Amino acid sequence: MNYDVIIIGSGLSGLAAGIRLAMFDKKVLIVEKHVEVGGLNSFYIRKHRTFDVGLHAMTNYTPKGVRGSPLGKLLKQLRFKHDEFRLCPQEISEIRFPERALRFSNEFGLFEQEVAEQFPAQTDGFQKLLARIREFNELDLDDNQRIPSRRVVESCLSDPVLIDMLYCPLMYYGSASEGDMDFYQFVIMFKSIYMEGFAKPVGGMPYILNLLVEKYRNLGGELRMGAGVEAIEHQDGVVQAVHLENGETLTADKVISSAGNVETLRLCRPRLVEESSLEIGRMSFMESLFVLDCMPKEVGYDRSIVFYSTEPRFQYRVPEGLTDVTSGVLCCPNNFQYPKPASEGMIRITNQANFSLWDAMARSDYRAAKKEYRDRGVNALLTYFPDFRDHVIYVDCFTPKTIFKYTGHINGAVYGSPRKIKSGLTPVKNLFICGTDQGFLGIIGASLSGISMANLHVLQAEAKSEYGRI
Amino acid sequence: MTREQVRKAVLDIISDIAPDEDLSTIKDDENLRDQFDLDSMDFLDIVMELRKRFNLEVPEKDYQELVSMASSVAYLFPRLKDYELVS
Repeated sequence: MNYDVIIIGSGLSGLAAGIRLAMFDKKVLIVEKHVEVGGLNSFYIRKHRTFDVGLHAMTNYTPKGVRGSPLGKLLKQLRFKHDEFRLCPQEISEIRFPERALRFSNEFGLFEQEVAEQFPAQTDGFQKLLARIREFNELDLDDNQRIPSRRVVESCLSDPVLIDMLYCPLMYYGSASEGDMDFYQFVIMFKSIYMEGFAKPVGGMPYILNLLVEKYRNLGGELRMGAGVEAIEHQDGVVQAVHLENGETLTADKVISSAGNVETLRLCRPRLVEESSLEIGRMSFMESLFVLDCMPKEVGYDRSIVFYSTEPRFQYRVPEGLTDVTSGVLCCPNNFQYPKPASEGMIRITNQANFSLWDAMARSDYRAAKKEYRDRGVNALLTYFPDFRDHVIYVDCFTPKTIFKYTGHINGAVYGSPRKIKSGLTPVKNLFICGTDQGFLGIIGASLSGISMANLHVLQAEAKSEYGRI
Repeated sequence: MTREQVRKAVLDIISDIAPDEDLSTIKDDENLRDQFDLDSMDFLDIVMELRKRFNLEVPEKDYQELVSMASSVAYLFPRLKDYELVS
């Protein structure tokens, strides 16, 4: 049995690549080692409740009819109607620092107005930064310059607090690297969060994933669950076979892997590269989910998402302790414009966390530490928000260790390696990378990554080199 | 295929690619990209659909012929006129 393409991983990038290939009659197989699809944007069920992972909100939201938007491109490439995604826009989100707050919504004007009011001396600099952002082509796959974004931002803005406030959501929602990010990634994130916006689908991740899986299968694509890859065998720079953990051997003309760049190279036999030459991502998170006996608004939580720092300066880096609760993301999934309110209220808190420390803990200590840091996280949040703990009826929590267990991404690094492979190329001629390590970010970004790699390396590989640019 | 069938075939392809567009307003002589949210990726999808549906190869140098509905029909009709639609 020979496939045109084998795709490793059934996250959004793998599913999107699969749909594109099946749409044009390629014989395609997706192999997924987990029992659920979704990868880094999946879901899990506890006590009859479904919890999304990854999806605080979908970024890049634009309403139907907005031309040239990433969401529009995604919908057309996968041939969905906008309405089929059942997206419900956010209400108002906020960046909260000591004595400072900037609100933003899906109308960019609100954010510009808030910056002008809170930081009047920075108004001209902010407009200069916006001009730099608008003129930049962040989607050019051939542009491999690495421009540190702080250099650009600091050439426009002088107030370190405003700079930290701007960075806080962008880092939390997409930076693989600590401290700074490449300017093209900064632009992608800035546009997707501030200039476009947030939405959530009715039915959450299970709904979106099911929509994609159904389309993929209806087009004739094959999907195998519980099928982990043991090795990618290659010879003379060409993939010979994909060996599964169950002992099965599959062959394909091309392989597209969403397992991560380093993770994929580690699967190659013989080994291809020195481990020490690879940049491995380290940024990971701990997340606590609180189910309430009321709606978040009833206990004083009226924002959709809040990015906060309890310290005047915001830091984004692997913390020295298990979890750093001095900054975080608060998500109230109920505060989106759903046609019908959800049956239960929920509050989610995300903090930066250290994979190695969590991973090294003994089981009993691990459980106790989860509880301790969950409590610390809530206490830090109470700097700005009312206490909701009397209303909690169910709690769950996951750590970098959990993320690694279910996604296989080294260090539980949800945004992958700081070194992105925009071209998707590997040292093996017919093995390509898609997903978080290819460089497009977020749910829409991950899907566009799968689409562009399928287009570039399979559908138009011979004919037209610029295909796949979006 | 008749000219009208070729036109309908192109319309069907665009409607599959961009299901949110209202194609009833189409002006045949006007640039498709000015009327609808279509980018270079979408035009390559049109080319790939022509290959898939009618086994017709549109070489890269001819992509510009697909700029409007009228030019698409003018270009495609001679190449598809002998194609028998399965009814």
